[in-house]
Amino acid sequence: MSYQGKKNIPKITSDRLLIKGGRIVNDDQSFHADIYMEDGLIKQIGDNLIVPGGVKTIEANGKMVIPGGIDIHTHFQMPYRGTTTVDDFNQGSKAALAGGTTMIVDHVIPEPGTSLMEAYDQWRQWADEKTCCDYSLHVDITHWNDSVKQEVDNLIKEKGVNSFHVYMAYKDYYQMSNSELYEVFTFLAERGGIAQVHAENGEIIAEEQARMLQMGITGPEGHVLSRPEELEAEAVFRAITIASQTNCPLYVTRVMSKSAADIISQARKKGNVVFGEPITASLGTDGTHYWSKNWAKAASFVTSPPLSPDPTTPDYLNTLLSSGDLSVTGSAHCTFSVAQKAIGKDDFTQIPEGVNGVEERMALIWDKAVTTGKMDENMFVAVTSTNAAKILNLYPRKGRIAVGSDADLVIWDTDSIRTITAKTHNSAAEYNVFEGMELRGAPLVVICQGKIVLEDGNLHATSGVGRFIPCSPFPDFAYKRVKARKQLAVLRAVPRGMYDGPVSEFSMSRGGTPSASARTSPTKQPVRNLHQSGFSLAGPPTPDDVPIRPAGRRIVVPPGGRSNITSLS
Amino acid sequence: MSDCRRQWNREDELPVYLAGPITTGPNQRKSFGMFSSVEGAFDSKTIDFDNYAVGRKGSRTPRSGSRERLLDTGDPVGKTPSEPREGSLTNSPGDREDARTGVEVRFSTEKESPDGKNERLLIKGGRVVNDDQSFYADVYIEDGLIKQVGENLVVPGGVKVIEANGRMVIPGGIDVNTCLMKPFLGTQPVDDFLQGTKAAIAGGTTMIIDHVTPQPEDSLLEAFERWQEAADKRACCDYSLHVDIPQWNESVKYELELLVQEKGVNSFQVYMAYKDVYQMTDSQLYEAFSFLKQLGAVVLVHAENGDLIAQEQRKILGMGITGPEGHPLSRPEELEAEAVFRAITLGNRVNCPVYITKVMSKSAADTITQARRKGSVVFGEPITASLATDGSHYWSKNWAKAAAYVTSPPLSPDPTTPDHLHTLLACGDLQVVGSSHCAYSTSQKAVGKDDFTLIPEGTNGVEERMGFVWDKAVAMGKMDENQFVAVTSTNAAKIFNLYPRKGRIAVGSDADIVIWDPDSVKTITAKLQQSASEYNIFEGLECRGAPAMVLSQGRVVYEDGNLQTQQGTGRFIPRKPFPDYAYQRVKFRNQVKNKQGVTRGIYDGPVYDVIPTPKYITPAPSAKTSPTSHQPPPIRNLHQSNFSLSGAQIDDNVPRRSGHRIVAPPGGRSNITSLG
Repeated sequence: MSYQGKKNIPKITSDRLLIKGGRIVNDDQSFHADIYMEDGLIKQIGDNLIVPGGVKTIEANGKMVIPGGIDIHTHFQMPYRGTTTVDDFNQGSKAALAGGTTMIVDHVIPEPGTSLMEAYDQWRQWADEKTCCDYSLHVDITHWNDSVKQEVDNLIKEKGVNSFHVYMAYKDYYQMSNSELYEVFTFLAERGGIAQVHAENGEIIAEEQARMLQMGITGPEGHVLSRPEELEAEAVFRAITIASQTNCPLYVTRVMSKSAADIISQARKKGNVVFGEPITASLGTDGTHYWSKNWAKAASFVTSPPLSPDPTTPDYLNTLLSSGDLSVTGSAHCTFSVAQKAIGKDDFTQIPEGVNGVEERMALIWDKAVTTGKMDENMFVAVTSTNAAKILNLYPRKGRIAVGSDADLVIWDTDSIRTITAKTHNSAAEYNVFEGMELRGAPLVVICQGKIVLEDGNLHATSGVGRFIPCSPFPDFAYKRVKARKQLAVLRAVPRGMYDGPVSEFSMSRGGTPSASARTSPTKQPVRNLHQSGFSLAGPPTPDDVPIRPAGRRIVVPPGGRSNITSLS
Repeated sequence: MSDCRRQWNREDELPVYLAGPITTGPNQRKSFGMFSSVEGAFDSKTIDFDNYAVGRKGSRTPRSGSRERLLDTGDPVGKTPSEPREGSLTNSPGDREDARTGVEVRFSTEKESPDGKNERLLIKGGRVVNDDQSFYADVYIEDGLIKQVGENLVVPGGVKVIEANGRMVIPGGIDVNTCLMKPFLGTQPVDDFLQGTKAAIAGGTTMIIDHVTPQPEDSLLEAFERWQEAADKRACCDYSLHVDIPQWNESVKYELELLVQEKGVNSFQVYMAYKDVYQMTDSQLYEAFSFLKQLGAVVLVHAENGDLIAQEQRKILGMGITGPEGHPLSRPEELEAEAVFRAITLGNRVNCPVYITKVMSKSAADTITQARRKGSVVFGEPITASLATDGSHYWSKNWAKAAAYVTSPPLSPDPTTPDHLHTLLACGDLQVVGSSHCAYSTSQKAVGKDDFTLIPEGTNGVEERMGFVWDKAVAMGKMDENQFVAVTSTNAAKIFNLYPRKGRIAVGSDADIVIWDPDSVKTITAKLQQSASEYNIFEGLECRGAPAMVLSQGRVVYEDGNLQTQQGTGRFIPRKPFPDYAYQRVKFRNQVKNKQGVTRGIYDGPVYDVIPTPKYITPAPSAKTSPTSHQPPPIRNLHQSNFSLSGAQIDDNVPRRSGHRIVAPPGGRSNITSLG
């Protein structure tokens, strides 16, 4: 493992830790046991552990000890039109730790036309300097050609990236055509990557935006009006179709609406390998705020796909999350200051998109799903960390409390009640989309890399200790099924005699043949060459006496008397 | 002859309403064997016609079952579906004779013009079946129009009388999807307007709506005129035309407007498949939908994801699969469902009715069903092929046979598909039945013998359409006869604004009428079909239910297997825009769906300076297309003028939710917003 050797062993006193009397909650079971950690790893689990002297001991007093959260979707320090999001890797990962999240996965967004590898290096540099917790990276594919293909290949093989994000929205910018998506997915399926999609129909959005602006709607409400949830559902449906065609695992980022979630859950019922990621905002709040009279407040909710104006959405998404139809939760934390948002004060299409949520994520799910009885504590662990670790192929290093796993732990206080407010949050943004919300459940102690970073409400995060965690391709969680299906789904041609009947003359002028791929498909195929070479038809043609459907089996000798239309039959 | 006429007349004097409803019990009538010696050749048209033995309670009328064929001057031994059973009949003629009735034609006074040009016709004793109800009534027809419907009609003398004998009298079928002139690489389908309409009539269809398929770059108007000219010369039944839009640009818009306003076309097809040829992008579709909605036209969509198909085709060819099985393999039904979903989404956004042509798979049909549950205005059209057969034949070892099934979207290899589609058709989730009849000869299909992507696409079905819907839906008990009429004609007429001129038997409607024989059983075979193609994809299937007699424009054009069509008699039926069936809901929704912006104070806080040189273009998708950067939005203008903020602040203090607190951020920027 390439652990960034230089900052591998920071000298910290609490190198060895013992958590006593906690209830360990993994995604599969809960049990009472003590945990002994050393050098950032969990060394022992059990009762009456034999530990060296001088170990710092934390009394959990029967509280839950859960694997630290993994926020699978953040945008820290994201450049946007010459500015960057107000939460950089330091600020952002601090907020993450404060919320009980000990690992983040950030999105690398190269500008279209620029090198993926350079962007990746840039992000690595930023993150290595500043993060306070472990991190990993997704790389967004913003354009597609052969050199990008090569870079993706390198990123998978050498750089520890196994998930790539493509866009179906942002027309003329990030958006990819269906053909490109097909190629990307095919390629990722070969290399064992996870295809993440931003699912919205960008073309229709562009038309709708133009219409809204024409109608004189320029405020943030235009954002949600021009991006109705149908468009999200449509794109999700399309993405699933393409993924299923290419037999590639699909990961839908930011499931914001009921209909999109429904499509995912239907597809899963049909057996598609698809994962849905609702984000903190879609699980916790809704899109009615877009109509707020306070422009700054309304603008702070702007994200894409937008929050659904249907106030029953969060509840619904929490239900699907509990039932396992949605798999992981992210935050899509991407915060802009009000001044930055105000770039779009006269035109909602210019408002930088992004909401906060990295800090609130775990508590919000606990409050909305566990305390309401929708999900149990094990499922809570699954959706906040374990599933994410599995998808990223980091399991069981992350997302589980087991001997040998990283010592990223959270002692969860199920009873603490907090009111979310921008005054006290760790993000640098002026607005918090969850402002005023009371959340039950909070981390009491957060241990990251075997060190206590949150205790008694005090954050002791150290900038730059975060390590890059490389993700290897072909995660079993996603690819086991895919591999098995690949073996089954082998298509075969029907061996037929050569058609030797008359062939109608056709003009080669190609007056627009209805044949779809006439221009793109390689019309010289191997089989024909086989026939033309010494391929033998194996003696007399087999009589076609095994009817596929008995009723329709008769072979017709047409009135014209052309009895030699086919060599078989 | 005079004897029998008297006999008939006497019986007819009994009012029809004395008859009980359709009885399923044994026939009460007894046969005197009256006509058994006259014409035995047509005896066995049906075997058990008890079911519709109606009227004339207690009548002892002889029913020999033979028909006088006064109109028929030709050899009566034609393609009678019942031919094979003749032999058995001759063994026991008496047993059979009492069990059946027939359709008889005669003249009430003297025999005149036996050539079928009689303008006055009376259909007596039939059970008129419309989409809403069935009732016993006589139908009087004059000049190609239905003049009277009812009992004891007062009709002039010299009227040709058709005895329906209690059979179903239904509106002639409307086949909404035929391609009788669709060029493919310079060749035309073997069934042109003459051959195709003959086949239509033989199957009980009295009107077709053909697709005008101009090539990209062609003028729509010219293509339309070409089609109209060809059809005027050749068609034997009324027709109308859809126009396909092969590409989208400004000149097309102009032509569409002309077509709608002056040429009587109210339906246009767009393609989501056929990449680089006909396919339109989502943006183009959005524009096309918006434009067509303004014109009040129905948007027909060929729904398949062309991008993915192109990719799959390449993949399949790369694997060495070149035969017709590559066709369904490269066009899995998912791609159809996906495109249907997208088309419906577009339709919803634009608030425009969407009509999906050729629903071939369960998942596409289910997608339509779900959308209709949510209130989308969407119509689905399964075709004869998808209703009667499946895609397993693509794997036939006989290349020519396999190729005959090639159509797009392909027939689903799932053999339960036809059943599922019939169920949805019966419950109204799918509305109309087309045939997508586009018959190419085997040698034309053989253009693609080494590459399935070159196989001309199209199957037959115009002739078999009504029969199969009857056989698979009505005879199976899924659908009643009224729904049968609805899906074969009425709904089509409503969607395309032909109703009630077509698709209904009512006073004033066109006299396109079919007397339907629900019990006729025939085996479909290419030998006996009207179509000129060598293969019939329904080859060998048994089909119950067939027209006994077909009237088009008030003339008998088909009777007991004999066609009496005249080419060139078909008229072009113009259609007006804004059909109520599709547009009424849309109009109301237009009124309701008025979006309004929020009136806010102007944001007067700090604004981050954006680098003027857009090295980073905004991720806002429409940055290039939206008019924002060029025209100042109206609301801002209001503010810039003398709009006062003072009034607007009062209600701002009412918080919407608990989360409404306005935050003074740590930086102390308390004047971020002017309001609240």
